[in-house]
Amino acid sequence: MTEVERHSYDVVVIGAGGAGLRAVIEARQRGLSVAVVCKSLFGKAHTVMAEGGCAASMGNANAGDNWQVHFRDTMRGGKFLNNWRMAELHAKEAPDRVWELETYGALFDRTADGRISQRNFGGHTYPRLAHVGDRTGLELIRTMQQKIVSLQQEDQKRYGDYEAKLKVFAECTVTELLKEDGRISGAFGYWRESGRFILFETPAVVLATGGIGKSFKVTSNSWEYTGDGHALALRAGADLINMEFVQFHPTGMVWPPSVKGILVTEGVRGDGGVLKNSQGERFMFRYIPDVFKGQYADNEAEADRWYDDADKNRRTPDLLPRDEVARAINTEVKEGRGSPHGGVFLDIASRLPADEIRRRLPSMYHQFKELADVDITKEPMEVGPTCHYVMGGIEVDPDTAASSVPGLFAAGECSGGMHGSNRLGGNSLSDLLVFGRRAGLGAASYVESLERRPKVADADVTAAARTAVAPFDGARDGVAEENPYTLHTELQQSMNDLVGIIRKSDEMQKAIDKLAEIRRRICGVTVEGHRQYNPGWHLALDLRNMLLVSECVAHAALRRTESRGGHTRDDHPQMDAQWRNKLLVCSVADSDEVVPDVTIAAKPQEPMRQDLLELFELSELEKYYTEDELADHPERKA
Amino acid sequence: MGYQAKLRVWRGDDGSGDLQDFTVEANEGEVVLDLIHRLQATQVPDLAVRWNCKAGKCGSCSAEVNGRPRLLCMTRMSIFSEDETITVTPMRTFPVIRDLVTDVSYNYTKAREIPSFTPPEDLKPGEYRMQQVDVQRSQEFRKCIECFLCQDTCHVIRDHEENKTAFAGPRYLMRIAELEMHPLDVADRRNEAQTDHGLGYCNITKCCTEVCPENIHITDNALIPMKERVADRRYDPIVWLGNKLFRRNGG
Amino acid sequence: MASPPQTPQTPTDNPAATRSRASITARTLRTDRWWVPPLLTTLGLAAFVIYATVRSFMRTGYYDAEQHYLTPFYSPCLSDSCVAGSAHFGTPIGELPGFIPLAFLSLPFLLGFRLTCYYYRKAYYRSIWFSPPACAVAEPHAKYTGETRLPLIVQNAHRYFFYAAFVIALINTYDAILAFGGENGVGFGLGNVVLLVNVVLLWAYTLSCHSCRHVTGGRMKHFSKNPVRYWIWTQVSRLNVRHMQFAWITLATLALTDLYVWLVSTDVITDLRFIN
Repeated sequence: MTEVERHSYDVVVIGAGGAGLRAVIEARQRGLSVAVVCKSLFGKAHTVMAEGGCAASMGNANAGDNWQVHFRDTMRGGKFLNNWRMAELHAKEAPDRVWELETYGALFDRTADGRISQRNFGGHTYPRLAHVGDRTGLELIRTMQQKIVSLQQEDQKRYGDYEAKLKVFAECTVTELLKEDGRISGAFGYWRESGRFILFETPAVVLATGGIGKSFKVTSNSWEYTGDGHALALRAGADLINMEFVQFHPTGMVWPPSVKGILVTEGVRGDGGVLKNSQGERFMFRYIPDVFKGQYADNEAEADRWYDDADKNRRTPDLLPRDEVARAINTEVKEGRGSPHGGVFLDIASRLPADEIRRRLPSMYHQFKELADVDITKEPMEVGPTCHYVMGGIEVDPDTAASSVPGLFAAGECSGGMHGSNRLGGNSLSDLLVFGRRAGLGAASYVESLERRPKVADADVTAAARTAVAPFDGARDGVAEENPYTLHTELQQSMNDLVGIIRKSDEMQKAIDKLAEIRRRICGVTVEGHRQYNPGWHLALDLRNMLLVSECVAHAALRRTESRGGHTRDDHPQMDAQWRNKLLVCSVADSDEVVPDVTIAAKPQEPMRQDLLELFELSELEKYYTEDELADHPERKA
Repeated sequence: MGYQAKLRVWRGDDGSGDLQDFTVEANEGEVVLDLIHRLQATQVPDLAVRWNCKAGKCGSCSAEVNGRPRLLCMTRMSIFSEDETITVTPMRTFPVIRDLVTDVSYNYTKAREIPSFTPPEDLKPGEYRMQQVDVQRSQEFRKCIECFLCQDTCHVIRDHEENKTAFAGPRYLMRIAELEMHPLDVADRRNEAQTDHGLGYCNITKCCTEVCPENIHITDNALIPMKERVADRRYDPIVWLGNKLFRRNGG
Repeated sequence: MASPPQTPQTPTDNPAATRSRASITARTLRTDRWWVPPLLTTLGLAAFVIYATVRSFMRTGYYDAEQHYLTPFYSPCLSDSCVAGSAHFGTPIGELPGFIPLAFLSLPFLLGFRLTCYYYRKAYYRSIWFSPPACAVAEPHAKYTGETRLPLIVQNAHRYFFYAAFVIALINTYDAILAFGGENGVGFGLGNVVLLVNVVLLWAYTLSCHSCRHVTGGRMKHFSKNPVRYWIWTQVSRLNVRHMQFAWITLATLALTDLYVWLVSTDVITDLRFIN
C-alpha cells in the first residue's frame, strides 16, 4: 500500500486565511483538537492582500450607524440576491468580531477619543471600515496567527507540547475529501516540500480556501486561488451557488504588464481619490444607475463637500458599488477615453497633500513607486478592472456554515450566498470573521454530536494517491502530452476574454467549447522531475480544480439571462426581477473522473423574513422585486 | 523592448547543488520573479521557487539576488544592465529544501517562544481605548510581512549557525518591542529579551534595516529602544532604585 | 464525542535539524563595491583619532589669550598647568604630569560617549572588527557573542556617558559665550562663529543620541498621558534620524575648531574680526 503519513484530529481546517484561522481559534477554544492545512507558509494567505478595511457598524465615526443600516447596504450591494440570513448575521455580529481582535492584540487606527477609526468605502452609507492604513488584511491575519500561537503556548503549559491540540500543516495541499456512508471521514493530501502523502482522519472538515481568481488572466489573486475548496466540495457532493457572479475590482494596476491586475485599494477613493478619463473628466457622474439615483451626488461640488460633511451632502459616485464602477471604466476605455495603457486615471495627487497620501496610503505609495516608477503624490495612477473575488461558492447553512454533506463546512470566499450578486468592499474581512467563527462552532457542535467517528477506507486512500501521481505517468495512448503551464495559460486567457467583465452568449458558448477541449487534453498533462517541491506537478493538480470551477462559472453565466451585480450580459443588459430570487446551483455527478461533469439547476431563494423586509422602503423594493412578491407588503396593504 | 537576460540560478537540494546559467527573455517593467517564472514555464518546469502575492505584500519570495537578500517580486530588472549576469540564490541562513526554497521553520519556532499579548484582565472586548500616538510605534512594526530577510541577513545567525538557539533574530526582537510598546499590554518582557531571546547578540550593525522591504526602521525604532529598556531593567541602578522607591511601572 | 488521544501514528521527523544550507562557498555573491564604506569609515576614524591624540597631549596653542578662544579639546581646563585665562572654572588641581591631558576630566567621557554611541558601534563593528564588514558578507570570526558579556556588555552604560556629555556640552557652550568677551571687551570675530557652530552641532549630536531619545520619552508606554515629553521625544526623534550625519560632522567641526584656535593662538593666522 502507498506510504501515507496519518494524523487524527477532531476538526481539520483547510485554508489558513482569515476565515480558516478564525474557525481554528473557535474550534480549539471549544476544546477540540484542530489541524489547519495551508498551501503556503503560515501567515501568507491571500487575506494579507486585503487593504481597505473590515466593515462593522460600530458607529464610532458616525453614531447613526447600526446593523440595520449595514444589512440594508449589503443587500443593496448584492442586488437583493444575497442570502438574507447570512447578511443579517454578518451585520449583527461584525462589531463583536472586530472588538474581539483587539483582545488578541490587533492595533487598528484610532479616533480622537481612542476608539477604532472607521473609513468610507463604496456602497457603505456611513464610514464603517475598521482599518490600519491600507494593510488591514495583514493586521487581521497576523493578529489571528499570533492568537493561534498564544493558544499553542497555553497547550505547551498544559500538555508540554505546543502542538498537542493545534497544529499547522504549512505547505501542504489537500487533493481529496474522503467519506464513509455520505459523511466526511478524512482528507487526503501531500506535502509540497517532500511530495509525500498525508492523511487526516477527521469527522469534520472546514473549507476556507478562498477564491478562484487564478482561472482568469488579469487578477488581483495569488497563485493559491485555484478554487480548491469549491472543487473539493463539488466532488464530495456539495452544491455551489451563484458561481456566475465574479467581482471585477474596478481599480487594478494596468502597467507595467508584469503587475497587471495587482490591486489598488478602494481606500484611495474613500480618502478622496477620483476617477478621470483621458479628457480629465470625472466621468462617474454619468454612470449613476437608476436604482442608486438620489443616493449619490450628481455634481462635483456636492461630491467634494461630502468628504467633510457627509450628513448634508450625498456621496461621490466614485464610491458606487464595485460592479458599477468597473463597468463604467470598461465603457470609458472602450469608447476611446482611456489612459495610454488601457485604463483610466485615478487621481489622489491633486486632492491631498503629499504627506497625507504617504501617511494614509503607505503601501499604495510604495507599490506604485517600486513596481511602476510612479509617484502617486505627484501623478495620477492608471487603473483598470481586475478579477478580484467570487461571490459564488459552497452553499451553506447560514447559522452553522454546514454544507449539504454531513461533516463538511465552509466559510469565507469559498462559501456562497452572503454577498449575493456583488460584494461590498470591506464586507469580505468581516465575512471571514463572522462565518469563520460560525464554521468553527458548527464543526465543533457536529463533532460533539457524533456517536461514532466515520472511518477512512484504505481503498479510498489508494485511489486518491493514484490520482495524485497520475501526471507523472505520462499521457495515455492516443492522448497528446500537455504542459500544465500552457494549458493553464489557455484556460486563463479564454475565461478572461470570454467570461470576463462583459459577457455575451456566443462568447460564453465559445468558452464552454474551449473548456471542453481543455477537459479532453487535461488527461495528457505530464510533469517532469520528482515529487519533491515540484511546481509543475502542483500546477497540474490545481489545474483540475480550476477547470471544474471555470465550467461552473461559464455554464451558470450562460444560463442567467440578465445583468446583475458581478454578472453583466451585453445581450441582456437589464436587471430582471424574475431572476432575483433564482439561484443557479452547480453540482457534479458522482463519478471517478478527475474532472466530473457539471450540471446547473435553478432553484428559488427562500423569501426574506418579514421584519427584515420591512427595513426597506417599498419604493426601493419595487426596483428589485416583482409585483407578486410585494403583494403582501404592509405598505401595499395599508 | 525585450532582451535576452543572463540568469545564474542556484539549483540543488540539501545534499548538493550549484549555480547554473540560463538565458531568459526579459520585457519592460518586469521583475526577477517574472523571469524565474518564464524559466519555469519554458525551460525548467520543476524549478522550485516560493511565491505568492507577487506584490510585495506576503513576503514569500525571499531569496538573494547578486548576493543581497531581496524579494524577487520587488526586484525590478531595470536596476541591472542588460549584459549583467544576475545571480539568484536561496536565503543562506536557512537550510535549503530545493533550488530557491528554504526551510524557514526556525522563524516559526522563535515566534512561539515570545510571550503573547497580555491585556488587562478586567478589560472587555469593545472597551479598549487607545490613542493614535500610542499605537503608532507598534503599528510600524506590525507592517512586517514576515519575509524573514532581516533574519537572513543578520550575521549573528547567518555566520554562526550555533547562535540560532540563543538568538531570536531581528524579526522577533522587534515583536518583543512591539508588545512592550503596546499601550494595553501588561506583561514585562524586558528581562527575557536579554536572557531568553538574545537581544545582547545584536550589535546594531543595521543590516536588518537595510534589507527590510517594508522600510521598517528595525534598528532605530525597535532594537535600540529595546536595548535601552533592557538597560532600564537590568543595567541602570538609578532607574532600578527609582522604581523600587516610587513603585512606578512603565510610566 | 471529543478529542481522541493525540498520538501521531507516523513519527514525523524534524527535517530542519538535519538539513544543511545551500552549498555556496563564496564568502559573498555581492557584485558591488561593498568594501568601500568600511574602508572610508576606517580612514575617517583613524584620521580623527591621530589628530585628536596628538593635539590633546601638545599643551600648546589651545587658548587664544587675546580673543579668549578655548579649544574644546582642553575644556574644562582645571589645573595649574593651564595657561592663564583658559581655566574658566578655576584651578582646583595642581600641576599635571605631561602624560595626562589637561582636559582629563572631559576627554574620557567624550571618548566613552562616542565609543558606546549606537552609531559609532555600528561603524567600528563593521569597519574595524568586520562583524560583519558589510551586509551579507561573511565575517572572519569563528565565534560571536555580541554584546552579551564583558567587555562589550559595558555598552549598556551609554546613557551615563550621555549624561556626562550633556554636562560637557553645557561647558562648551559656556566657553563659546565667554569668547565673546576678549581682552578688548565685547567683540565678535570669525573665531566666535567657529566656536558657536561647533557648539550647536555638538548639541545636535548629543541630543540626537538614542539614549536621549529613550530617557526623554521613549521609555513611556503612553505618550498621550504626557504631551510635553511626547513633544520632546518627537523633536529628539527628528534629530535622531540624522545621528550618523551629526556623528561625522562633529568629528570634522571639532578638529576644525581646534585647528582654528591653534592657528590663531600661535599667530599663524589672524582672527577675522567683525565687531571690535
